Amino acid sequence: MKFAVVVFPGSNCDHDTYHVAKDVLGQEADLIWHKDMRLGRPDVVILPGGFAHGDYLRTGAIARFSPIMQEVSKFAAAGGPVIGICNGFQVLLEAGLLPGAMLRNRSLQFRCEFLHVKVEQTDTPFTLASRAGQILRLPIAHGDGNYYAEPDVLARLERNRQVIFRYVSASGDVTDEANPNGSLNNIAGICNEARNVVGLMPHPERACELAIGSADGMAVFESILKWGRESFNEDTLTTMTASSATVLNK
Amino acid sequence: MTPDPITDSVLARHGVTRDEYDRIVGMLGREPNLTELGIFSVMWSEHCSYKSSRVHLKTLPTTGPRVLQGPGENAGAVDIGDGLAAVFKIESHNHPSFIEPYQGAATGVGGIIRDIFTMGARPIALLNSLRFGPLDEALVRRTMSGVVSGIGGYGNSIGIPTVGGEIGFDRSYTGNPLVNVFCLGIARADEIIKGTASGVGNAVYYVGAKTGRDGIHGATMASAEFDDTLNEKRPAVQVGDPFMEKLLLEACLEVMKTDALVGIQDMGAAGLTCSTCEMGSRGGAGVEIDVSRVPQRETGMTPYEIMLSESQERMLLVVKKGREAEVEQIFDKWDLHAVHIGEVTSDGRLRVKNHGEVVADIPNRALTDEAPMYRRPVSKPAYLESAQQLDIAQFGPPPSPRDVFRRLLASPGIASKRWVYRQYDHMVRTNTLLLPGMGAAAVRVKGTSRGLAMSVDCNGRFVYLDPYLGAQLAVAEASRNVACAGGLPIGATNCLNFGNPEKPEIMWQFGRAVEGMGAACRALDIPITGGNVSLYNETDGRGVLPTPVIGVVGLIEHADRVVGRAFRSEGDVVVLLGETRNELGGSEFLHVVHDQIRGVPPQLDLAREAALQRLLVEGARAGVIRSAHDCAEGGVAVTLAECCFDTALGIDVNLVAVTEAPAEYRDVAPLFSESASRVVVSVAPGQAATLLSMAAAAGVPAKQIGQVRGHRIAIAVEGRPGINELVSDAERIWATAIESWFEQRRAIA
Repeated sequence: MKFAVVVFPGSNCDHDTYHVAKDVLGQEADLIWHKDMRLGRPDVVILPGGFAHGDYLRTGAIARFSPIMQEVSKFAAAGGPVIGICNGFQVLLEAGLLPGAMLRNRSLQFRCEFLHVKVEQTDTPFTLASRAGQILRLPIAHGDGNYYAEPDVLARLERNRQVIFRYVSASGDVTDEANPNGSLNNIAGICNEARNVVGLMPHPERACELAIGSADGMAVFESILKWGRESFNEDTLTTMTASSATVLNK
Repeated sequence: MTPDPITDSVLARHGVTRDEYDRIVGMLGREPNLTELGIFSVMWSEHCSYKSSRVHLKTLPTTGPRVLQGPGENAGAVDIGDGLAAVFKIESHNHPSFIEPYQGAATGVGGIIRDIFTMGARPIALLNSLRFGPLDEALVRRTMSGVVSGIGGYGNSIGIPTVGGEIGFDRSYTGNPLVNVFCLGIARADEIIKGTASGVGNAVYYVGAKTGRDGIHGATMASAEFDDTLNEKRPAVQVGDPFMEKLLLEACLEVMKTDALVGIQDMGAAGLTCSTCEMGSRGGAGVEIDVSRVPQRETGMTPYEIMLSESQERMLLVVKKGREAEVEQIFDKWDLHAVHIGEVTSDGRLRVKNHGEVVADIPNRALTDEAPMYRRPVSKPAYLESAQQLDIAQFGPPPSPRDVFRRLLASPGIASKRWVYRQYDHMVRTNTLLLPGMGAAAVRVKGTSRGLAMSVDCNGRFVYLDPYLGAQLAVAEASRNVACAGGLPIGATNCLNFGNPEKPEIMWQFGRAVEGMGAACRALDIPITGGNVSLYNETDGRGVLPTPVIGVVGLIEHADRVVGRAFRSEGDVVVLLGETRNELGGSEFLHVVHDQIRGVPPQLDLAREAALQRLLVEGARAGVIRSAHDCAEGGVAVTLAECCFDTALGIDVNLVAVTEAPAEYRDVAPLFSESASRVVVSVAPGQAATLLSMAAAAGVPAKQIGQVRGHRIAIAVEGRPGINELVSDAERIWATAIESWFEQRRAIA
């Protein structure tokens, strides 16, 4: 498969995401500069974490005007899978590709820690290989991850099963203590109505190798590969070989 | 040039003495104008010239087979194999962080990051060493909150993980916190770039943020004590823009991949002045610039102000003649303006023009190598003799071990720093092998099988009680921490935080500490490749505890064999390496129980320390050691507890009594004594004999003291009950102690 990782000037998880696609999964990957007008015919687009344009104004508020976002929107409208991680999620909200907004964490502090999220829905390209209710141990690292949506929007999200990930306790309970930032309904990630665009605050790309603490994030990336296998003729895909699995400790 | 009247009050305002002024006149062969005086004043400030410290620093060991770059450049570099170099340095931002904690700390982070990428290295790890006053003071909590969010605000945004560090608390830091930031980057060993200007006619470029009036005389401020005019000094603190620095970082690394670059230096302390004359001086060349071409964010700035501004996120580049367009194109991609402000000349002078008119003309070497150097008078401090007296028996019988244990766990110096490090992105770049709070920091080096362990340490109480020994203990502790993780110590950087060097007693502390640090580094074979000196850490005439922080870098051969401090599984055997003596001098025990800094610090046998560290590295490499944790503040009891916390495993341990201690302390010293060169390790049951024989062969005392078992921290002394606590109870005390100071405040507000 071919991954396109969009690089805004203040992206800082671009290399990490690229590393997972290329070195851990053994797939093709391109870093796409935000001023570019072409995505380069990828199978999946990732908007990585970071501080796209410094984000002094509002997270992702300027990124939506980057030239590449028109291409990302077109790609998403055509049904292409797009995932925004952390700042990428914030950019998707600002660009209107996902509903809602991010507020400052209720602690008013940046939070970086491992925590648990539950996979709520498995019918997206990014959760296809997960079990419903599967609990993933993933890190978060953000100051503005407090998800907010108007009551009617929130109700629609829940009704349409668009809440994809929720913050939970280690045993899987949706509790206030398990909510690191004050997000409504413990929301950690959502999808659009067409279910091909997903945004989440936790960092699956930081949890793809046991050497750095967790490989639970592979659930997201393996889903993309599975989605690819099911969507295309398998022969056209770079297969994930045994050798790419041994890259784990590199 | 119109001569400006240089009066005594003008000199005083610039922190230039009459003798220094006479020296300036001698060097120039004429009176300087005000711009020139300003330039001299910042370059000859303590902060830039190291005029009080240089005679001592010259004695430190700085060479070794792995050293690729020693002191004198923007950062040091050591060879880590695979054609790669670790480029690292530590720097202080103490004074600005007290005046304006958030920006002071943030710009400290920004400054050290620039020093690293300036060398052609991609920064991959940040650590910090912080000191604050006691947390029961609101001012201290405000300072600490601001410093922590400033460090996070900058590092998180630019995307360099803050992977570790240390924090200490003492009354002496209340009005003068210490904020020392360490950064490490990776470069190709044959592509290290220097801060040199050479090649007559090559272009001098200014890149980055525009120049404003912020930070004028920052370097001079950092070279003076604080007094009640503090608030007036706020304009001397700069404001950081991590996004701008991120652009600079990426663009500079891209420019460095071309061979169009001759040299590069960041504009840190003393801004444009320092970068121009230092680059010229290193390259034996002259530099001529016209300040009217410097991008300015305010109107009406004078050449004096432009030369002395310490606006952040600015770089000075020397570009090969004819290659300018190539370089400009890269900066343009990152929306940065690279402005051609001058040329390299052959006459070795810094010539500053304003719209073509010369406003300053000074030999570069007069500002750098020929800056004054003082051998300041030293005298042994009067406090030492009485402070070193400790008759533990005079304090009466000790409180119960359980009580002491709980108080130690709640002591901010020992308690969990989670409240701090969870505000730092410590995982970005996906190299973090050990999470913060798990011993040394450790990161993998992508593209290789190796890892790097890092630790910054200093126990200011020990240095206060014996500067020579205390500094040695700091080196021993930092390198021991690195060795615990499985890292072979290969290089170090130091940040020497002391009081006013014009006081002979402070200068004596400084001199002795540098001697001790040098001796320890020589014995442990760790070259110091650079660092920073921060003097005048005093408020209203009271100095901080002398705090020579050392940052040690260790090479882990196999990153997948990195060793953390947490016990791994039930049934593992616990071994104490090293010997426990009756050493409560300067201990956390005395500090917490009796509010005393007293006695002599623990003895240190450097040969034995070296043997211990070799054993740790070998044990990790062989996969024998499953966990390792250095015994420091709080002694074995606290060390064992910390090993239990992450995995919630208990222990059942029996220690040997310390017979040399007074009767009532024979069972207390084994728990809380802070004897050096000790490490708690755990091994799989079948490996205990292997470890003990490795230790015997290495000449390291080793004793099997118990097992990982159950859910209690059970520590006996010669079979007599000492401490027996549920891991979860002990952990709660330890985990919430610092947090509660801050959360409590929020609840009231």
